[in-house]
Amino acid sequence: MTTEKQTPLLVDLHVKYIQSLDTKKDDLEYWLTEHLRLSGVYWGLTALDLLNNVDALKKEDVVKYVISCQHDNGSLSGFGGHVGHDPHLLYTLYSVQILVIEDSLDAVNVDKIVEYVASLQDHATGAFRGDEWGEIDTRFSYGALSCLSLLKRLDAVNVSKAVEFIMLCKNFDGGFGSSPGAESHAGQIFCCVGALAIVNSLHLVDADLLGWWLCERQLKNGGLNGRPEKLEDVCYSWWVLSALSILGRLHWINKEKLIEFVLAAQDPEGGGIADRPGDMVDVFHTLFGIAGLSLLGYPGLKLVDPVYCLPKHVVQRIGLAERYHV
Amino acid sequence: MTLEAEVWNDITPIPQDDGPDPLAPIAYNPEYAKAMGYFRAVAQKDERSERALDLTEQIIEHNPAHYTIWRYRQQILFFLNKNLYEELDFVDEQIKYNPKNYQLWHHRQIIVEKLMDVSRELPFINNVLNDDAKNYHAWTYRQWVIKTFNLWEGELEFIDKYLDKDVRNNSAWNQRYFAIFFNPNKPTDDFLAQEINYVIEKIKLAPNNISPWNYIKGVIAKSDKDIDILEGLCKEVEEQKIISPHALGCLVDIHESRARNGSATDKAEGIKICITLAEKHDTIRKNYWEYRKVTLASI
Repeated sequence: MTTEKQTPLLVDLHVKYIQSLDTKKDDLEYWLTEHLRLSGVYWGLTALDLLNNVDALKKEDVVKYVISCQHDNGSLSGFGGHVGHDPHLLYTLYSVQILVIEDSLDAVNVDKIVEYVASLQDHATGAFRGDEWGEIDTRFSYGALSCLSLLKRLDAVNVSKAVEFIMLCKNFDGGFGSSPGAESHAGQIFCCVGALAIVNSLHLVDADLLGWWLCERQLKNGGLNGRPEKLEDVCYSWWVLSALSILGRLHWINKEKLIEFVLAAQDPEGGGIADRPGDMVDVFHTLFGIAGLSLLGYPGLKLVDPVYCLPKHVVQRIGLAERYHV
Repeated sequence: MTLEAEVWNDITPIPQDDGPDPLAPIAYNPEYAKAMGYFRAVAQKDERSERALDLTEQIIEHNPAHYTIWRYRQQILFFLNKNLYEELDFVDEQIKYNPKNYQLWHHRQIIVEKLMDVSRELPFINNVLNDDAKNYHAWTYRQWVIKTFNLWEGELEFIDKYLDKDVRNNSAWNQRYFAIFFNPNKPTDDFLAQEINYVIEKIKLAPNNISPWNYIKGVIAKSDKDIDILEGLCKEVEEQKIISPHALGCLVDIHESRARNGSATDKAEGIKICITLAEKHDTIRKNYWEYRKVTLASI
């Protein structure tokens, strides 16, 4: 721990930064990230709620926008990344997460969403595709199970098959990859551990071995990387920490050093958090930096739920908190 | 490529609809905005034509992560019965600029599944790995290629080259595990004994490199050997006055396994090492080593 004074979390600046995101239409970046518009709303809104400022985005506008991204096409009625984009599981999850935060699930046809998500499961392997033509990846196992759990409709898919597939992706180092045999990666580990937590299957995880692998991600500067011998990045403050937290081993990393690293990645002028100190900020790293700080018990932030990546009070409101345990 | 007016004179572009706000002026890249306007119009009537194919190319060049475009492009390619080898050329070119783009890798896989011709795939992957030897997509795609086309032979030699270049390449270590244990020909105990010796030599090159330590424990778990066989290696590292938390951690594993078989000396020795790690050699993970210590003490 250093004794020199560090910049605190710049709450007001981050709120302003997130509010300003939708007004930057003169930037090329705004147009080139059109496919991420809905994700951006989820990242921004969740961050704002953790910062005690959920009203900084107008609820009515948010809900209206999310609804405009849903397709109305039989079993393909998922959500696209923006108006007019094809339906995809990831954006369907983000939409459900946003609607749960805004307590507005009644604004959409839940049965249609359930039908869409269920249609993406591969019956032979239990795995999930990202969309009806897309690739198989454990990210989508998490996406599907998280989404259905938030909708209280896990009965719509074959959960034991889904778990079977996830376990095929478990590696010799205790971690998980994107597909059977693929390298362990902190992002995929969050997805697999989170998915297993949702369906009460954490007993299948080798918590000591994986916990070691996860805490081994912390580097001397306090930051975390996502794989051995890779660079540290603020987003792993979420992927690594959430998995450790679910496994009850959050204290295996050095909290003070990580807090210092995340705070140093803030932009002290424009707000927002970058992947590492000195880089350009974006809303993705802003959320995962703040969510990581929340898990670390940083004062003044609302608690985040490590499984759903939603504010804990939201998960409690719908009755899902504390139903998973190691 | 530009958008020639005469090719498109029957199409009315559909402008971006960003919700209730009035359409904001686009300060940059009017070409992209124009292409997207035409895309919305042709996609709406599901036009599968040469000009629509050209349009997808133009949009992909601007924005390869626009996943809706890729799907549309595939539909057009298959509908028009296009030469898919030319499509591989297209991916070869695009991957140089977007080696971590999910859509591009998946697109490649879909094209190769149609062609059922693997001749270009390993050279293609090698090119990407030459630029970034840890590209997650490239290694995962390589696994798909090997499994689908039964190309297990020579994979270990291939990985050797990568480990010779960089013994810290975790992706290459993982690929080694894949090449040995996902191979339909199961490895013999003799083979695994040789493999363990191979890893021991690599660990000696860089004892602070976590990847082979993780890997060797994975191999031992699959073999008829016990973690005990690493004791000599750990001692050797120690004698060279190299402080390696991984070698010390491995000793903790060894002592713990012997303590479980009733050895009190090993229990005491293991606890001693945990304390050194927590207080001196791996202080950032102090709580982990405390936990190991408490576990040992409770045996």
